[in-house]
Amino acid sequence: MLKVFVSIGRYVILMQRVFTRPQKASLFNHQLFNEFEHLGIESLGIVAFISVFMGAVVAIQTAYNIDSPLIPMSMVGFTVRQSVILEFSPTVISLILAGKVGSRIASEIGTMRVTEQIDALEIMGVNSANYLIFPKLIASILINPVLIVFSMWLGILGGWVAMIATGLVTTSDYISGIRIDFEGYTIFYALTKTLFFAYIISSISGFYGYETQGGALEVGQASTKAVVVSSILIILFNLVLTQLLLT
Amino acid sequence: MIEARQINKFFGEHHVLKDISCSFEKGKTNLIIGQSGSGKTVLMKCLVGLLEIDNGTVIYDGRNFTEMNFENRKTLRQELGMLFQGGALFDSMNVEENIMFPLNMFTKKTTEEKLDRVNFVLKRVNLDNVNYLMTSELSGGMRKRVAIARAISMNPQYLFCDEPNSGLDPQTSGVIDHLIQEITEEYGITTIVNTHDMNSVLSIGDSVVFIYNGELWWKGNKEEILHTANEELNAFVFGTELTSRLKK
Repeated sequence: MLKVFVSIGRYVILMQRVFTRPQKASLFNHQLFNEFEHLGIESLGIVAFISVFMGAVVAIQTAYNIDSPLIPMSMVGFTVRQSVILEFSPTVISLILAGKVGSRIASEIGTMRVTEQIDALEIMGVNSANYLIFPKLIASILINPVLIVFSMWLGILGGWVAMIATGLVTTSDYISGIRIDFEGYTIFYALTKTLFFAYIISSISGFYGYETQGGALEVGQASTKAVVVSSILIILFNLVLTQLLLT
Repeated sequence: MIEARQINKFFGEHHVLKDISCSFEKGKTNLIIGQSGSGKTVLMKCLVGLLEIDNGTVIYDGRNFTEMNFENRKTLRQELGMLFQGGALFDSMNVEENIMFPLNMFTKKTTEEKLDRVNFVLKRVNLDNVNYLMTSELSGGMRKRVAIARAISMNPQYLFCDEPNSGLDPQTSGVIDHLIQEITEEYGITTIVNTHDMNSVLSIGDSVVFIYNGELWWKGNKEEILHTANEELNAFVFGTELTSRLKK
């Protein structure tokens, strides 16, 4: 238990060093655009693949479970929309990103730590925590909502493709289902969650990478810890934010 | 000049550095020698502030480094250059970007001026046409030379070298040693080299401190080291087959 409090303390101290003004704006901008590519654009493929199949599976399962003739088939579109926007895209995709992006951040910074590259930055007079973690954090916060909106669109599209392919629901039923009782607030809720999750993924992974000590084995351990702790925190904050924003 | 006054460092219960007091002079190659695990790397990391000392003082030309806050240390560190054991070059950058990094971070020079400086320091360490090589494409000796080039790119007042010969063949080690000595004398830098390579000691050791079990055991220079009566130092210096035969 004591270890948890020590880790929280060290995390807070590290974040104090991270949240300072970058020493050189031009270098920060360069880093930021690099991170957009590494953390965002390079994740598009996996996000697209999972979203399409997730939407398709939700649509097929819903259509399969509608037995009563009193329930209109447009409910399939409605269910896909609600599931994808409220939960699947913001939470499941964030969990996937915790694995992909989180392990990348932790192993990149961890390797820099064990090969003394972070010490080299410190010796030069660079605030290494700010230089390495801050651009990743800002890039995640800016790019993850874009990925999640993209995921929502593809999830709903995947559901429609599955329905057309299986012939379970017509296009007009599916589209009218998507339009039933749409509330813009659900998008606000999903994107708010996404921002919190993006912060969790990048800061926790940055922390575990930065605190790595030892060699290659410890870099692997730091990467695993980063993914596990980020995932647990995403699940916990999902509950807390849902309680706060939807009740 | 860099002064260490009564430095003590503990790792938990383990007393790693015990009351170490010594000074390292400007324009000279100052060597810290000792067996593996004797505490010399810890001493160097304490001198540059990568490790916090438990008590004692480190003074850079009259400036008390130990009492400085984070911001003041950052400023002073712009006067430091350090050559790490593995080079510590940034993997994601090529040679030119590595050397240009501190110039980009701390100067307002134009790109042309920075490129001139990069090419000048690369030439100084006898490297040509390596600007666009990635660090993974460099040999061990080239990595060390690029690391030296990066360390001197900002005209440092103090140069720290942590085992600059590790992993190098004797000939390349000699080249690196002489390069460090030449740069030290040419720019009047205070250089501290951490080593257990006796070839380095005998060729560039203007001033030598011997650390034994975390204590400062002996001080002298490359001439005196061969004639000392100090038992532990003799065991260290003449510990190899070659040096013991030479002594006989």
